[in-house]
Amino acid sequence: MALTMLAPVFKVEREESRCIKCGVCVQQCANEVHHLDNGWMWTNDEECVACQRCVSLCPAQALAIKEYPLSFRVNSHWTPATIREIYAQADSGGVLLAGMGNPRSYKSYFDHLLLNASQVTNPSIDPLREPMELNTSLGNKTGSSELSEKPLISLRLPIMFSAMSFGSVSLNVHKSLSRAAYAMGTLWNTGEGGLHPDLFSYKDNAVVQVASGRFGVHPAYLENSAVIEIKIGQGAKPGIGGHLPGAKVSEEVARTRMIPAWSDAISPAPHHDIYSIEDLAQLIETLKVATGYKKPIAVKVAAVHNISAIASGVVRAGADILAIDGFRGATGAAPMRIRDHVGIPIEIALAQVDSRLRDEGIRQQVSLVAAGGIRNSADVVKAIALGADAVYIATAALIALGCHLCQMCFTGKCNWGIATTRPDLSRRLNPEVGAKRAQNLLQAWEHEIKEIMGAMGINAIDSLRGNRLMLRGIGLGPEELKILGVKAAGEEG
Amino acid sequence: MVRLKEGEVRIPSGCAIAGILNQKGTCFSGDRIISCIASMRQRSNGLGGGFAAYGIYPQYEKQYALHLYYDHEKARSESETLLNRNFKICYAEPIPVRKNSRVGEAPLAWRYFADPREERLQEQGMDEEEFMVGMVMQINSGIAGAFIASSGHNMGAFKGMAYPEDIGDYFRLDEYRAYLWTAHGRFPTNTPGWWGGAHPFTLLDWSVVHNGEISSYGSNRRFLEMFGYRCSLQTDTEVIAYIFDFLMRREGLGLDDTVKIIAATFWEDMGDRKLAWLRHRYSSLLLNGPFSIIVATGNGMAAVNDRIKLRPLVAACKDDFLYISSEEAAIRKVEPVLDKLWSPSGGEPVIGLIDNKVGLLEPKLNGVFIRSA
Repeated sequence: MALTMLAPVFKVEREESRCIKCGVCVQQCANEVHHLDNGWMWTNDEECVACQRCVSLCPAQALAIKEYPLSFRVNSHWTPATIREIYAQADSGGVLLAGMGNPRSYKSYFDHLLLNASQVTNPSIDPLREPMELNTSLGNKTGSSELSEKPLISLRLPIMFSAMSFGSVSLNVHKSLSRAAYAMGTLWNTGEGGLHPDLFSYKDNAVVQVASGRFGVHPAYLENSAVIEIKIGQGAKPGIGGHLPGAKVSEEVARTRMIPAWSDAISPAPHHDIYSIEDLAQLIETLKVATGYKKPIAVKVAAVHNISAIASGVVRAGADILAIDGFRGATGAAPMRIRDHVGIPIEIALAQVDSRLRDEGIRQQVSLVAAGGIRNSADVVKAIALGADAVYIATAALIALGCHLCQMCFTGKCNWGIATTRPDLSRRLNPEVGAKRAQNLLQAWEHEIKEIMGAMGINAIDSLRGNRLMLRGIGLGPEELKILGVKAAGEEG
Repeated sequence: MVRLKEGEVRIPSGCAIAGILNQKGTCFSGDRIISCIASMRQRSNGLGGGFAAYGIYPQYEKQYALHLYYDHEKARSESETLLNRNFKICYAEPIPVRKNSRVGEAPLAWRYFADPREERLQEQGMDEEEFMVGMVMQINSGIAGAFIASSGHNMGAFKGMAYPEDIGDYFRLDEYRAYLWTAHGRFPTNTPGWWGGAHPFTLLDWSVVHNGEISSYGSNRRFLEMFGYRCSLQTDTEVIAYIFDFLMRREGLGLDDTVKIIAATFWEDMGDRKLAWLRHRYSSLLLNGPFSIIVATGNGMAAVNDRIKLRPLVAACKDDFLYISSEEAAIRKVEPVLDKLWSPSGGEPVIGLIDNKVGLLEPKLNGVFIRSA
């Protein structure tokens, strides 16, 4: 091993008295942390990513992963992570890569918003006794009669699975999420890696993406969908393209993406046929024509500083659904500096865009989907009250499938069988179990949202949408309250 | 202590509502509606009461009848300057009142019978109704101390901060004859601070009396604001009036469709494609939370409950009369023996129309809804 100044980040602790030397940890760790040589167990801590796979599977509960004992003198400016990053760059001369979403301690606006409930003057509604409607339809709502209605997609609940491409995640992830979406009457999203033929039967629940690499885009792909989504940007890496390393491009990934196997799949930063808003309008129209005006066309953009002007342009360009991905949105791989420093929070972007589209009188032409860091049902309710029609979740869905947020997706060595295309690893995710777990998560959130709405005295999600009076800000300054369009806790109205 | 006026703060209220209509268009005195609403005194707390009366100004049928409240003479002179610039005023007078000790400090109340000036309409490029709506909004939000209580044809609203029967007495409603009366007794949870906050709320010929709290207020209001409505009073009732105005006058929908938007059919029962489209298109106008309302206009009234009936509402018929009320007892008080009495289901409207009168309140589909009697 070459000289490195990097100390391990994690330390594997094995309780010798418990360990039965069964070797499960050795088999399970794709990072080759655990070794069993002639009855002697040893670990290579440097490779550990704290994915907790060995800990979860150890039959003797002999393992624990801890942070490596502090090895640097305390310094609040030059933190251990900062120092390690410099060592890594001095070693490699490269851009730092990162997986999943922005982990830094920026303010979470969701955590500064509180919900309302009914008392006395207005009865709360018991969701066990009364109907409670989460039904949501997405698309352009300006059709002037039932005969000229524009294509709409109906969801049983306003939560969809966000884009994750086959290649960045395993086929079993797609199988799990597509089945869960079907069972729950919602949509899943192919991401930009095409639609595997095994999943054509879930077409009525599929959002198919058309991204800058145009991977896997062909007429049957466009037809086999509920919604077509043009991906302009992604919250984890606004302004940046994608790079699926050749090592993840297996034969099956290659066939689905329509590219040679084991070659790098590069998505350019911009679409090379979209250098301006009118070019986007042309692509939207092209896709509508190609599918006979039967499907809503979505456009997904990352939340950046001028998001409201961008949103207005996208709506005027003909998008039926606008998905906005906030800076907490995750990815399989992004340059760390981009992931951690570019973009704005979804709460802010959503509030801004909803208000702008209303001011311009074009809110009815489009459905707003909020994405990027939605963690639980309360976040969903807050997003809808701020103005979203529905939300996308991805990180939460992967956690339901077993992801432990080690943030090392880009290595392709995901021990949970999620962010990998290695057959030996991906088969660890049983799609039947995965589908059930993802479905359970949606069901649990559905119940919670109904409880929250019932407490507010609302029995249809329609009456929560954009209803910012159901929110109060806590610990927010006047500027932030103004942008969010909410009153401070204690203000009446 | 600085007391916020209604409009500066949102005030939830409980209430009593009542409506009496003669289907033949025969006019009758205000005594009956006063007696009806007075019997539900316990549902009010003396901080708001009011009436809408249709058919009271036959001699000025063609003109807009404007009821204005002024806090002071300055508000009156400012408003009258504006009115004179925009209208030909046929007749103006203070609204006659009978002072009583149960009605506290009252604003000056005036009425004007007026036609919009043709040249102003042309300048603004608006039809009469748009112009009137603009004037109402301009005075209510632009002139301090002035408030338009009603602005329709051959109708008027009389309201204030007292028990409804005392307001009725104050405005001498026993001396008026109308073919349609609605009434409201209010139980606000805060002091409204002024008379403008009382019900009914009106716009053009529309009047709304309402019992309930609309938990969808934030959604409804933000939707209406996209179409130029300014909710200056911050009351649920104002929002309801604007929803009716928007859907029926501006969007040209029938009453039946309008009712199916504010008290939408549940998705699980949705069989009709048109109803589904209405719900998609106007989902933000669904009224959520408990309510019973009576909406009246020149040719009739409609009453409807929220779709899971969280507030009381009963209806009854006797000969040519249709009665609607929060409580059966209030109807029995004025009409002990009835032909028919029923409690409408949530979201099921009761519609009473005046024979041979054309107006906004016209179902455009047939056979779906109950007509009175």
